[in-house]
Amino acid sequence: MPSPSASAAVSSAVTETVRLSGVGFGYAGAPDVLRDVNLILPRGSFHFLTGPSGAGKSSLLRLLTLADRPIKGTIRLFGTDVTRIQRRNIPAFRRRMGVVFQDFRLLDHLSAFENVALPLRLAGQERARYAADVEEMLRWVGLGDRLSAPPPTLSGGEKQRLAIARAVITRPGLIVADEPTGSVDAAMADKLLRLFQSLNRLGATVLIASHDQALAERSGARVLRLNDGRLSETGRAAA
Amino acid sequence: MIRLSDFRPRARPGLLPPTAAGEPWLMTVIAVLCFLACLTAVAASAADRAAHGWARRLGAEATVQVRPRVGETGDTAAARAAETLAGVDGVEEAAALDRKAAEDLVRPWLGDAVLPDLPLPHLVAVRLNPDAPAGAATLSRALAEAGLDATVDDHSLWRGEVERSAALITALAGAGFLAVAFAAAAAIAYATRAGLAAGRGVIETLSLNGATDGRIAWLFQRRFALIAAGAGAIGAGAAALILAFLRFLGGSGGLTQALPVAWSDLLLLSPCPLLAATVALLAARFAAMRVLASGRGEA
Repeated sequence: MPSPSASAAVSSAVTETVRLSGVGFGYAGAPDVLRDVNLILPRGSFHFLTGPSGAGKSSLLRLLTLADRPIKGTIRLFGTDVTRIQRRNIPAFRRRMGVVFQDFRLLDHLSAFENVALPLRLAGQERARYAADVEEMLRWVGLGDRLSAPPPTLSGGEKQRLAIARAVITRPGLIVADEPTGSVDAAMADKLLRLFQSLNRLGATVLIASHDQALAERSGARVLRLNDGRLSETGRAAA
Repeated sequence: MIRLSDFRPRARPGLLPPTAAGEPWLMTVIAVLCFLACLTAVAASAADRAAHGWARRLGAEATVQVRPRVGETGDTAAARAAETLAGVDGVEEAAALDRKAAEDLVRPWLGDAVLPDLPLPHLVAVRLNPDAPAGAATLSRALAEAGLDATVDDHSLWRGEVERSAALITALAGAGFLAVAFAAAAAIAYATRAGLAAGRGVIETLSLNGATDGRIAWLFQRRFALIAAGAGAIGAGAAALILAFLRFLGGSGGLTQALPVAWSDLLLLSPCPLLAATVALLAARFAAMRVLASGRGEA
């Protein structure tokens, strides 16, 4: 029979997608970018991360995507301590998360279809197995008629939706998006927001870093604010 | 609805961009290096064959210098020595060289002018059984028992020099071959690092979408192995053309006695594409894993 502490740990692993405890981060010779950050993202939660430029939003996302390591504190993803994770174990965690970049990071030499299929292909799946899923996902984000289009031929909004489709094609447990509405108009931003909300309703934990305070307020999601490297929660935005 | 395209095999596009800048130049450099490596390998083989041929011929012959005793002419002593040696086991033939034959031996070095006045040794040329040649001691003993004052030269000194020279030439050619292979590996490693630097964005995207370092390294390995295999085929093909031309000109004896190129030497070139691809695989793997592990290819 597991001890109470073990039960608590298991429970924590099941209910929390992300837990940051006392996390600090900075670059050598420069002031710390993040200071004593404590953050819990329960499974299935939806959060906005706001703050001025240079507040540390991108650094926080890099820590969550395991692109950097904290200099202080601990990070747990899906219940596992990944603070000092070995490099060879990182891909397994990255396959459980979907990342949307502000600059899309699409592969220009691949078609829209192949871009969305990328995580599945890297996971070793056969095309015959995922082709229908990828086509359905592209239809879902409104790109059903652009399957073979290479990214350079798409508009900013289409690229953004393509990047989102790629991030969620594996049905990840955690979706991290950095300024996903930064290059689209307000109508498209609302459309993308509804897309993230749909994914959240399907069970994904969503964290969106955005300058767009108004969008965060319209979302009805909890809003976290980073200021000068410190994180605070400003409460739930009005829906 | 069934579409015709459903029956068409769909090749998945590569995860790396089709062609990176500088790759045609890399292919050219590797092709030239492979060409040089092929020539080096064939030269080593030909030199080794020539040296061993000379050594084998030297080992199958011996020369006996006969000094006539008082009251005996040199030609008589040489004829007696030839007769004695012909009966020794391990000797196929022994023939006394007359003065004209002896003059022919030294003419290339001394010319004709001094030959009439030159006292030449009385020589017996001995052809030994190549399978069981008689040794110098056996020949000397037989001559002594026949009451002949003679010195036997079984060419062992000269044969040793030839064999040492052959080994040295082969070693030098091998070192040259390794140097060329190392230069190719260095060029590929440099190109891999440049490719990783240029493709940083692609690597970042692959990595954040779950690609392992090994998978990313393999993409570069496969690309550079294919480039090297193609370059190796071009280099080996060019070398084969030149060697075939030389063999055609030189006939069965090769271009020169020191470099007897044989048709079979062309077979030496056949592994070149595979070797080049292997070197490229290793060099690219080493370079890619180093760069990825250092985090420079990381997001």
